[in-house]
Amino acid sequence: MFADHNLPIIFAGLMALSVIVYAILDGYDLGVGILLPLENDQQADQMIASIGPFWDANETWLVLAVGLLLIAFPTAHSAILKSLYIPTAIMLIGLILRGVAFDFRAKVAQVNKHRWNQVFKLGSFIASLSQGYMLGSFVMGFESSVAANLFSVLSALGVTCAYALIGSTWLILKTTDSLQLRAIKWAKLTGIISFVGILAVCIVNPLINSFVFDRWTSAPLVYFVAFIPFVCFTLLTIGYLVLNRLPLENDTACWLPFLITVVVYIFCFCGLAFSFYPYVVPGELTIWQAASAPESLRFILYGALVVIPCILAYTVFSYRIFWGKVEELRYH
Amino acid sequence: MDDVFLLSRLQFAANISFHILFPSISIALGWFLFYFKLRFNISGHPVWMRIYRFWVKVFALTFAMGVVSGITMSFQFGTNWPGYMETVGNIAGPLLGYEVLTAFFLEATFLGIMLFGIHKVPNWLHTLSILIVALGTTISAFWIIVLNSWMQTPAGFEMREGVAHAVDWWAIVFNPSFPYRLGHVLLASGLTASFLIAGLSAYRILRGDHKKAPRLALKTAVFAAAILMPLQIFVGDAHGLNTLEHQPQKVAAMEGIWDTEKGVPLLLFAIPDEKNRTNHFELPIPNLASLILTHDPEGEIKGLNEFKGEHPPVAPVFYGFRVMVGIGVLMLVVAWYCSIVLIRKKELSSIPLYALLAMTFSGWIATLAGWYVTEIGRQPYLVSGVLKTVDAVTDIAPENVVFSFILYMSVYVVLLIAYLHTLFLMARKSVEIEEMQPDEEIQSPFNHSVNKLAEQGA
Ligand code: HDD
Ligand code: HEM
Ligand code: HEM
Repeated sequence: MFADHNLPIIFAGLMALSVIVYAILDGYDLGVGILLPLENDQQADQMIASIGPFWDANETWLVLAVGLLLIAFPTAHSAILKSLYIPTAIMLIGLILRGVAFDFRAKVAQVNKHRWNQVFKLGSFIASLSQGYMLGSFVMGFESSVAANLFSVLSALGVTCAYALIGSTWLILKTTDSLQLRAIKWAKLTGIISFVGILAVCIVNPLINSFVFDRWTSAPLVYFVAFIPFVCFTLLTIGYLVLNRLPLENDTACWLPFLITVVVYIFCFCGLAFSFYPYVVPGELTIWQAASAPESLRFILYGALVVIPCILAYTVFSYRIFWGKVEELRYH
Repeated sequence: MDDVFLLSRLQFAANISFHILFPSISIALGWFLFYFKLRFNISGHPVWMRIYRFWVKVFALTFAMGVVSGITMSFQFGTNWPGYMETVGNIAGPLLGYEVLTAFFLEATFLGIMLFGIHKVPNWLHTLSILIVALGTTISAFWIIVLNSWMQTPAGFEMREGVAHAVDWWAIVFNPSFPYRLGHVLLASGLTASFLIAGLSAYRILRGDHKKAPRLALKTAVFAAAILMPLQIFVGDAHGLNTLEHQPQKVAAMEGIWDTEKGVPLLLFAIPDEKNRTNHFELPIPNLASLILTHDPEGEIKGLNEFKGEHPPVAPVFYGFRVMVGIGVLMLVVAWYCSIVLIRKKELSSIPLYALLAMTFSGWIATLAGWYVTEIGRQPYLVSGVLKTVDAVTDIAPENVVFSFILYMSVYVVLLIAYLHTLFLMARKSVEIEEMQPDEEIQSPFNHSVNKLAEQGA
């Protein structure tokens, strides 16, 4: 099973896993940051409290994803990060700003707290936009043409909106009363935009990317490919209908929009992964060309097989401890 | 190309220097917190809870700074040093990977429980979370020091077509300089955290805080420093001997020795002159360097001239070493003096309090100085004898590196100021808090007389 040929596939799978987990988990906390209302301090506090115990671990999935890229596909790591040098630097600044703003705001005087709230929001925006931009350039094979750049900008907006969507559904799950009502509104709006965004990507991507076009139009794969957008659009529509009914008595189904969004995320990600496999750098490097030496991959794989289930277990454990609606955020 | 090389080095050095400031506190502060919480559990005395509560806030802030600057580090390997990963990626990759898998998730997840879960989980579980976080930071130090030590004294690999391949992971992990370096770095963290705790507590006392908490915290920290500092000298000496064996050119630069000689003096001060390959204004103690390094006053030590073109720039290594050891000696004197006064059950007068305040961040300076000695002392190699730093650098346009460098630097300067400002602000705030917080009535599992003690004023 761990034959030399299979190792790159296994590592590509692990990397895909950590990217999608990252997009979901850090997606919702970035989304909460994007939505942070600057005019209402009490709601801002509640929103930040809802992500307090989690954001750090969420972000660690990014470190794992980059780490796996570095470990398993070092040539791709440098090729990708060199092409995305500037957006990466900007994203890191965004992540730095929001990570520290989160802590500073709890410890400074009231006047400055507002300023750190702004920094938190700004940082979340910067990080989301640049991640979206990076995704766009990746999909475009790091071309620098105008069309490719436009696509990247579109993708930046799309990803930011998708984060806001999952962030607002997270808030529906974790909050009550006026904030929850607000979150429902946000979710409807971002849900509609996400719908349009996914549609746009489905049309534009194969048109400007001949590689993807071939893949998406060759039978029998075409059925599978058509299935993915179909599911996404159906789910988003159902989600919208659910949102129209919320909040229900006893807060039944407050978790449903979040769940639906997660499933949409997973399907979109599969569509993307499917478009490019087995390339790590689209059109240039396959996972076999970029892979590290098998003895190194095996050394880390044995560890990973033991450790990743543990990580998942204590992650679930921590979510169970902080299950339910948020309370006031208190530091001890 | 030269520009990119210089800029990438500057940027990497600036980023890692900024990053290490925070781990060097959080690694040991986690253990201090665990100790405070244990003392509270055992004695039930609320003063320990107060100490815990103040320092856990410092910890959270420090930790956050460490996390965000660390994430930047993990991108730097690819963006600025592609040649590094291409040559030694087979070894560096898995080591970094194990750090993420075994340490980062552990720290980050249990940090959530430690910071926000005190009312949601049983007391034992909360205490356990502190332990796990402290362990996590230490495990993370373990792996990254493995990698760094391997770069200093590589072992357990073979080169095939210019690429390093692992042969023996045990030898890679426990490479020759690893135990010394790990011990030295962990002790350095202990000292950095001790002087931070002592310094901020001294600040509170000097600002007129009459409560018991800052006094007790100060005492704990001073005693810890008094114990750790002699250990650090011992480990540092052993570390130096190990370096003499594996990287003699580094030791020659540290000691400012140009010619191979017997009976070498220890230079308390000098100005190394690399152009003329000599020192000016030497202040020597005869035969001491030979005595320390070879345990024989007439022992022979190799000079820099034996390694022409293969030795590091002398001045930064030479000065850096003196700064580190100088601060170490100062720490020893201050910690022992204060301990003796405190053991005699006397209050510290304002002069030692001011001394402690002045030394709040002395650990940072010594740590940075030590890292500069180690890292610059390895030049011109990135991985000793395997890969030169020039050969690892990126080929992206220099404008891009200038851009990112300016971006990082401006953010770091602002954050560092905000961090220092907030620490002292928190100290000032806690001077004013007089009454017990309502939720300070958490009961100790062993002692239910908490509230009585609280009335006596902690
Ligand atoms: C001796 C200690 C030490 C050293 C030399 C380094 N680190 Fe570090 N690092 C830590 C000790 C540490 C730590 C104590 O474990 C931190 C600080 C705060 C934290 O969350 O963990 C950390 C955090 C931290 C994080 C964030 C982890 C998270 O998300 O929780 C990353 C990605 C890195 N580091 C990466 C690096 C890299 C790539 C380094 C070298 C080039 C490096 N660190 C040097
Ligand atoms: C944490 C404390 C550390 C500090 C303060 C530090 C500092 C420095 C400095 C000042 C240089 C520049 C030397 C020169 O170019 O003359 C350097 C180089 C380097 N160090 Fe470290 N270092 C630290 C730890 C590490 C660790 C843990 C690693 C890797 C695992 C590492 C990897 C490197 C690399 C790749 C370079 C080459 C880039 C360069 O020359 O600037 N360093 N470091
Ligand atoms: C006074 C006694 C001390 C001695 C004899 C000593 C010795 C040394 C030596 C020889 C090195 C270079 C290791 C190499 O070859 O790469 C070193 C590095 C270092 N020192 Fe010290 N040191 C002392 C005190 C301190 C103190 C007080 C601190 C910080 C609080 C400190 C922090 C460091 C650090 C962080 C490094 C770089 C990491 C490493 O290589 O271990 N040292 N020390």
